[in-house]
Amino acid sequence: MTMKSPYRIIYCLNQFFGGLGGEDKADHPPCIFDGPKGPAILLQQRFPEVQVVKTVVFGDNYIAGKTDVAVAEVLALLRNSIDFSGADAPHLLLAGPAFLAGRYGIGCAAICKAVQEEFGLPAVTAMHPDNPAVAEYRKEVLIGVADKDVMGMEEGLDRMLALGKKLIHHLPLVPEEDNYILQGRRQNYFTQKSGAERAVEMLLRKIAGLPYRTEYVMPSFDRVPPAAPLSDLSRARIALVTSGGIVPRGNPDRIESASASRFGTYSIKDVAALSSEGYQSIHGGYDPTYANQDPNRVLPLDVIHELLTEKVFGSLHPYYYATVGNATSVARARDFGRDIGQRLVADGVQGVILTST
Amino acid sequence: MLTIGRTWVRDLKFGREWSLRDHILTIEKNGLRTFLLGRDSRIEKLVISLARPGESVRILCVKDVIQPWSKAKGKPAGAGLRQVLSNVTVVTCGKIVGFQEGIIDMSGAGASYSPFAETFNLVLEIGVSKKLTAQEHEECVRESGLAAAEFLGKAVLCQPPDKEESFAPLASPVDPLLPRIAYVYPLLTQGLLHDSYLWGKNARNGLPQYIEPHLLLDGAITSGNCVSACDKNTTWHHQNNPIILELFRRHGRDLNFVGVLLTCEPVRLAQKEEAVAKVIEIAGNLHLQGIILSKEGFGNPDADQMMLIRKFTEMGVKTVAISDEFAGADGCSQSLADTTVEADAIVSVGNANERLLLPPQTVIFGPVSDLSRLAGAYPQSLHADGSLEIELQGIIGATNELGAQTLSCREI
Repeated sequence: MTMKSPYRIIYCLNQFFGGLGGEDKADHPPCIFDGPKGPAILLQQRFPEVQVVKTVVFGDNYIAGKTDVAVAEVLALLRNSIDFSGADAPHLLLAGPAFLAGRYGIGCAAICKAVQEEFGLPAVTAMHPDNPAVAEYRKEVLIGVADKDVMGMEEGLDRMLALGKKLIHHLPLVPEEDNYILQGRRQNYFTQKSGAERAVEMLLRKIAGLPYRTEYVMPSFDRVPPAAPLSDLSRARIALVTSGGIVPRGNPDRIESASASRFGTYSIKDVAALSSEGYQSIHGGYDPTYANQDPNRVLPLDVIHELLTEKVFGSLHPYYYATVGNATSVARARDFGRDIGQRLVADGVQGVILTST
Repeated sequence: MLTIGRTWVRDLKFGREWSLRDHILTIEKNGLRTFLLGRDSRIEKLVISLARPGESVRILCVKDVIQPWSKAKGKPAGAGLRQVLSNVTVVTCGKIVGFQEGIIDMSGAGASYSPFAETFNLVLEIGVSKKLTAQEHEECVRESGLAAAEFLGKAVLCQPPDKEESFAPLASPVDPLLPRIAYVYPLLTQGLLHDSYLWGKNARNGLPQYIEPHLLLDGAITSGNCVSACDKNTTWHHQNNPIILELFRRHGRDLNFVGVLLTCEPVRLAQKEEAVAKVIEIAGNLHLQGIILSKEGFGNPDADQMMLIRKFTEMGVKTVAISDEFAGADGCSQSLADTTVEADAIVSVGNANERLLLPPQTVIFGPVSDLSRLAGAYPQSLHADGSLEIELQGIIGATNELGAQTLSCREI
């Protein structure tokens, strides 16, 4: 990028750094100015290649109190004053640094998130790692590490711009070098040593009481509280859901045998039991011979009908839902579960029998 | 004392007779064909091909990879000279048995993920009678591959190796202050096409047990697994277990390698608990300070690994475990199916859900029709120009949990 086409930047500040006033102006709704204000002026002085085209200023309280409303107002201000597809479209939005200021941090991060989603514009903020906004926004917003207070202003500005340039030019972030808050995304990379060499080295350090760094920090698992028991099973509508990969033969929805990207919905109206001619398992990770011989072994429709005849429960939902659990990520499985759950609730189902492989 | 004699080749070709001259390995194709068809009448189709490093070749539906070897008669297992062709393999491939065969690309982006893009590969595409069950199909291909590797080794390994490496018995005294370390080596033994073999017998019975590492380097374990390609421990990986080699390399210098606890990865919880208890019992007699723990497969075996970590930590033994991750294509999901707080020293060998776009390869070995059914592929995997979109999961050895590769994973 030459001096003729500088980095055009939109800057966001709170009422204090934007020059509106102190705590007395903390309820001020967002407003927009041409050119730089406060720290944005400093940024432009430090980096001649930067041109701050607009500065958005918002009251801390206002944005932290009604974030959705305030962010929508910011988006409207930007939409009305900037042509995001024209020749002079901005390259980047910067917000902060917010240091340890919680309300300011939320404002900066929420605007960054909205602007990148709404306009596809790269956006960066900076704050102290203990700023409460970090926990809420770090996965979606690129946050540079900043000091506790304004003493770290210049460092914070430099860091935000450096990170912004990386986003603009699609350069990879390097955790050890780029001084940003990690975003919870796992990425592969090649090291110098084999896994076996790293393992032995790590063990010798661990035994010797020397510091070592695990390459994967254990996540804390979700615990799902079980739903209350059904009050009257004899009247309950029951559905079948499986992650065991039982689908109509031919796999009409082409569900993958690993890392499933979808689930299927299949009618079992008037089907008393699953036949090996009509159904099959498409689940990787286990030998499907026995499941294919008798698909009821994974999705027990035959037994369900026996119980229905015995009036153990009220009625059977006429559809079953199926996907493949093999290598399917937890995040995706959660999406499937939520989606299937909503459909079942909408269809008046009270109980579900979940089977796996 | 076990000595491994390694010989390297610089080319691999077909010719009229078997030979290894000037580091050029010549394979007499008809002789090999006659041998393999003669020993197993279940083979209906056999295509023998070569795949060299850097060639535009893609091998599909790979089942196993084996290092050719030769052992002088009369020497017991774990002792004497074992000769191997260090950078030559036998690769078996063919119609899919259990969804989880994989691919090897000899050039392009995929080549950097598999150790077998760097080796000279003799590829056997084996087709069997349709009457066979999946289990018989698997057995036929497995045994044919092993037979071919032994046949090849015997045919050409008759001169002194390029390099010898000796492994002294562990009983030799070392500095008593060095930390006592064992290697806990789980084999996938879930049945249903997820099996490993010890001395040619299904390893589902008889594990856990203490075993001398020399026996393992002498080919005690072979693979019969249709588990995901990326973290399947092929026979080649068992023959060249990098953890055993690394512990030997540092034995007597930085640590005291006291041996291997070979264990299983069964399916049922009660079996898992029983196996872990047995490992702990054997380990109790070894006065250990630390263990390295490997893995095969993912998901269900995560539970075995976490249980072992927890129990060893409880007995005061420091653990480091090697695992791959399934963190989703975007890397944002939880990586493992089971966890424990004691697992505070994990070596990550990569996120197997990462999606790759591999460039087209000119020559394809193996059944293209089965490609989209491989674990890690999807219906739209094969593009019109021959490029292949696939998860890392589908590449043989890409996230090997014996730590053979340099791939790792980190949070960004």
